[in-house]
Amino acid sequence: MATSDIQIAERALQHHFADMEQQQETSTFGMWMFLLTEIMFFGGLFTAYLVYRSSYYQAFVEGSQKMNIWLGATNTAVLICSSLTMALAVRAAQTGKSKTFTAVLLLITIVFGLGFLGIKAVEYHEHWTHHEFPGPNFHFETDDPAHPATDAVHTEIYFSLYWAMTGLHALHMIIGVGLVTWLILKVLASTYSPAYYSPVEIVGLYWHFVDLVWIYLFPLLYLISKKHG
Amino acid sequence: MNHADNEHFSPESHISPISLYVGIWATLMVCTALTVFAASVDLGIFNIVVALLIATLKGTLVVLFFMHLKYSTKLTMVTVIAALFWLFIMFSLTMTDYLSRHWATAGL
Repeated sequence: MATSDIQIAERALQHHFADMEQQQETSTFGMWMFLLTEIMFFGGLFTAYLVYRSSYYQAFVEGSQKMNIWLGATNTAVLICSSLTMALAVRAAQTGKSKTFTAVLLLITIVFGLGFLGIKAVEYHEHWTHHEFPGPNFHFETDDPAHPATDAVHTEIYFSLYWAMTGLHALHMIIGVGLVTWLILKVLASTYSPAYYSPVEIVGLYWHFVDLVWIYLFPLLYLISKKHG
Repeated sequence: MNHADNEHFSPESHISPISLYVGIWATLMVCTALTVFAASVDLGIFNIVVALLIATLKGTLVVLFFMHLKYSTKLTMVTVIAALFWLFIMFSLTMTDYLSRHWATAGL
């Protein structure tokens, strides 16, 4: 290990930890604890979804037919790619690759993240212009005139949950993009070394968690039943 | 404190090979394609079951390998399992209430 790496670790080691290993385990565990509270946070919305979906199944099926499955699937793929570049960035920091290499991987992760938000914005715009937003202007019709909406009142609940769940997820994405931007600045300032890269590791955990939430949102909101057309 | 003591400053952490990350990524992409294909087949109520099974497979891979849970401390593993268990309690107790409410009026 280079002398500068030891200096980085010396500066990073807080006095209340015995050594870097204990400090790193503690920060990783702390991040997991935070993510588990996030599971319960999103879990409340998932429970609301479960209750209303089981009560108004047909209304939810009709609502979900309005989702553009191709945009949703593309966004899933974009997030999976961003998770790969994030995992490789963490590995680069862990193995002491050049700071430019690490920063570029993080930058690609941000580009994927912004791509996700852009596609999501296109979907939001479409729903908004079709009055598929809960409130006084909500209006719902199926695409098939032979099968008009059976329960538009409760389809509004589907769209409330759609906007709340994907909106909360998008907020997490925006925070994630901010965190990774901050990481890039720290990486370029030579803050990390293989002996101390905990911030890269735990922002990575956050990023993968946000990916994980989307992995469940996609089937729950887009794939309730067979897609028509 | 001996500053030349490298042990002290180098935490033992598992380094996964790049091929593993790329392999997990490829599996996740294939699963995404699979779930989109499954949505084009009419399985009735089982469409969502298949979609959620695939999602759970994908989620498990992300947590174990991208989030390094497989190489984490036992304390972290136990805590993650506890959180999933609590989530399960929230789902199951809520649903036992909602699914059984109409039983009283149905005269069961």
